[in-house]
Amino acid sequence: MNARFVQRFAAHAAVTMLFTGLVWLAASRVDYEWNWAGVWEYREMFLKGWLATVLISVSALVGSGVIGVVGAVCLQSRNLLLEAVVRVYVELIRGTPLLVQLLIGFYLVATAVGLENRYVAGVVILSLFSGAYMVEIFRGGLAAIPRGQHDAAAAIGLSRWQAFWLVILPQAARIVLPPVAGQLASLIKDSSLLSVIAISEFTLAAQEVNSFTYSSLESYLPLAVGYLMLTLPLSWTAGVLERRFHYES
Amino acid sequence: MRLVLENVRQQFASPGKDHGSVEVLKGCALTTGDIQSLVLIGPSGGGKSTLLRILAGLDVPTGGQVSFDGTPLPRDPAGRLAWRRRVGTVFQAYNLFPHLTALENLLLPLVHVHKLSRSDALERVFEPLTRFGLAAHANKRPGQLSGGQKQRIAILRALVVEPSILFLDEPTSALDPEMTAEVLEMIRELRDQGRQLVLVTHQMHFAKRVADEIAFVADGQIEAHGPVAAFFENPATPRLAHFLETVLA
Repeated sequence: MNARFVQRFAAHAAVTMLFTGLVWLAASRVDYEWNWAGVWEYREMFLKGWLATVLISVSALVGSGVIGVVGAVCLQSRNLLLEAVVRVYVELIRGTPLLVQLLIGFYLVATAVGLENRYVAGVVILSLFSGAYMVEIFRGGLAAIPRGQHDAAAAIGLSRWQAFWLVILPQAARIVLPPVAGQLASLIKDSSLLSVIAISEFTLAAQEVNSFTYSSLESYLPLAVGYLMLTLPLSWTAGVLERRFHYES
Repeated sequence: MRLVLENVRQQFASPGKDHGSVEVLKGCALTTGDIQSLVLIGPSGGGKSTLLRILAGLDVPTGGQVSFDGTPLPRDPAGRLAWRRRVGTVFQAYNLFPHLTALENLLLPLVHVHKLSRSDALERVFEPLTRFGLAAHANKRPGQLSGGQKQRIAILRALVVEPSILFLDEPTSALDPEMTAEVLEMIRELRDQGRQLVLVTHQMHFAKRVADEIAFVADGQIEAHGPVAAFFENPATPRLAHFLETVLA
């Protein structure tokens, strides 16, 4: 543990405390009657909602990652049809609000194909939403690999699949790590919109607690903390991986 | 090897908006004797590297035929992959895999293409690494190696699979004089061991030393060709005479 690390940690702690203090100050200045006891009774609901959010996020994270890689590969395939499918998909998803996608996807598409499990439908829609952004991130990562790497992979006799798996993807993964981590943090927060199709996740739990207790701040402050408990470790892990994968190119 | 080129042509779509094409090779014809090493020289942009990529099985010519020892080079992807697995190619920009150590760069083709066990592969690379003074650098990533070390590792990567022919595309063009010397020394040693080579180079004195036959590639054609001695003493065309005068001055 070197001095620089300690200094950085101290700086982060100081800034965090400053922000917490500001929130505290704001809370103390408003005329508001705190009722933490009422909310505490519903702690189990928070926990269940939080766990549901974790599960949904992890599933959609895997889903959107797969969509991102496959989509990006399709864009590089020089197959006009595949390219068109991916392009239209990316533009449609990125050009419309997630709220609209959820409502249409669940009440229209999922119902039409007989998908009744709203959790599965929710995960699929969220994966498709986040996947569109992942496609663009991975496309950029793959395009950043110099042609010489493809040449060298071909020259030593790797098959196209081996070249992708052993040479191109590991290098692209390093490049896309920071934007992917950002996208995953967004994904976790975007999962809060699943409450509109009545999925009992973290945000819906907070809304329900609020409607039972009429204690809105006590319901929503834990919500913020709960999301941070997911997104902060994600950023830290991304930072650690970024340093581990670092090499001079 | 006995190399025969018949009317080899290569066209590329030109990068501009006009959707035209550029003819880089305009009907190359060449018949060598049964030689160990062929050196391609000529002005930049004349088509040397394009021709070498075709010989190495990296690109397919738009027209004409290439044959080694009476066997035509395959044009289908599977046949070309099989050819690339039999030969070795070294690039001007080294094209080492930056995410792997020097050692892993050497092991990759042995393990994944030629299906050696890791321990057999390690045994195979140990001797050449030591002989060429690279053992101390085996666990460094390419970013930590000098240009000369990178190129020697790249040559070893092409060499450890025991290729029937080694193709080298301006292997010293990116190197300063001192590093050029160490790479040329390595190539000369390979030649003396009986390795079959096709080399593109601007190092005329070196070309004289290692070549059995030399071909002058200019403006997309093999303008002159012959055994070394006669080639330099009686330049076949005015352009070759002028070229030699310029580069040997």
